[in-house]
Amino acid sequence: MIHFLVHDKKDTVGVIVVEGVKAGQELTGWLMEDDSTLKVKALNDIPIGHKLATQGIKKGDTVIKYGFDIGKAVSEIKVGEHAHVQNLKTKRW
Amino acid sequence: MISSKTTFRGYRRENGRVGIRNHVIILPVDDLSNAAAEAVANNVKGALAIPHPYGRLQFGADLDLHFRTLIGAGSNPNVAAVVVICIEEGWAKRVVDGIAKTGKPVTGFGIELHGDHDTILRASKVTKEYMQWASELQREDCPISELWASTKCGESDTTSGCGSNPTVGNAFDKLEPLGVTMCFGETTEITGGEQIVADRCATKEVRDAFMGMFNRYQEVIERHKTDDLSESQPTKGNIAGGLTTIEEKALGNIQKIGKKCKVIGVLDKAEMPTRPGLWFMDSSSAAAEMVTLCAASGYVVHFFPTGQGNVIGNPILPVIKLTANPRTARTMSEHVDLDVSGLLQRQKNLDQCGDELLEVMLRTCNGRLTAAEALGHREFVMTRLYESA
Repeated sequence: MIHFLVHDKKDTVGVIVVEGVKAGQELTGWLMEDDSTLKVKALNDIPIGHKLATQGIKKGDTVIKYGFDIGKAVSEIKVGEHAHVQNLKTKRW
Repeated sequence: MISSKTTFRGYRRENGRVGIRNHVIILPVDDLSNAAAEAVANNVKGALAIPHPYGRLQFGADLDLHFRTLIGAGSNPNVAAVVVICIEEGWAKRVVDGIAKTGKPVTGFGIELHGDHDTILRASKVTKEYMQWASELQREDCPISELWASTKCGESDTTSGCGSNPTVGNAFDKLEPLGVTMCFGETTEITGGEQIVADRCATKEVRDAFMGMFNRYQEVIERHKTDDLSESQPTKGNIAGGLTTIEEKALGNIQKIGKKCKVIGVLDKAEMPTRPGLWFMDSSSAAAEMVTLCAASGYVVHFFPTGQGNVIGNPILPVIKLTANPRTARTMSEHVDLDVSGLLQRQKNLDQCGDELLEVMLRTCNGRLTAAEALGHREFVMTRLYESA
């Protein structure tokens, strides 16, 4: 069972692709770039389609997905934590 | 597998273009003519009214776009014949003259000095003749190179960038060498991925034209914005689906242009491409506006990947929906033409999903109704550039 996807080796977040992920759950991820797998423990309940941090992200850090900049962390995001509008903002507009 | 020998069963029009539908449409030039257009469609079974809310006191570039959209929609090869209705006869004639260049049957009616009843009677008689004439037209084998295919995604979520958008990209990568004419757009929704698109432009001239369109649209956003556009772009639905920033949405969006296709040119809104290959159209990212512009540019089949489940259709341009979100595929199955959620569990690869999409495309081209057509989704939405006079 794949619980989350990571597009690129440089990415610091992954996408949950199953329903019902609960805090404390051990998750298996698929790194699509090299077809490898990785393990992360979820720190929150995370809905399908939402992101989790696959690496520790400090406040002010650029968040990477698809190997590219998708915005900046406005607070620390721990490994396994839900990464979304509460801690990640656009650098545009 | 699709190849240069692949054919589809299309309707060849008077100007040589090939359509995959055979509509007789009643096209109002303005909001005031919607009632008469709908009455005519009610009188003649199978005829299709295309109501919309605009057409009065527009001017300049906005008026030009209005006419270009109407003339383009009527000229689309999915349309066999057109009846145009306008409050004023003069502007009906302007649309009729534009559509008549294709050689297809088209007649216009003005309501002033006649009233609705007389207009509906006269327009119904012509529409009935067109409908019977069109019903005898036959499909014929047409080479795949004569197909025009557009794409735009909607109610995207993170699964769009993981699955359904790359599936369209895979299909585009396979169609491009076969000489298919293609387009994508959504100018603001490339924000954060604009350099990737710029790097895919075939020449410096195309790159400069693309960046010119991109930067102009950024200025529109900067001029009118009151916040960071969160809940507008990305939409509230995008955010509910897990997309957080415009950059993330854009990087998922541009998966639709595949890994190999070059952008060979740029189009203004509702402008017709002049040769095969992938075009960028400067356009809104709102689903119905963009798909309507594609219809007006002459595209005959449309790929629409969705994450959270956009239900859009178009009266002229069949919209094929695909999703990689297993929840959407389950809860909104009646809207989904192709479920590619297997991609996210490594049960299928991108090449397989791309082939499945091309198979659905060919069946659609040969006459199978899309989910949106069967459900009666006929969103025809004009893009406005500014206030009316």
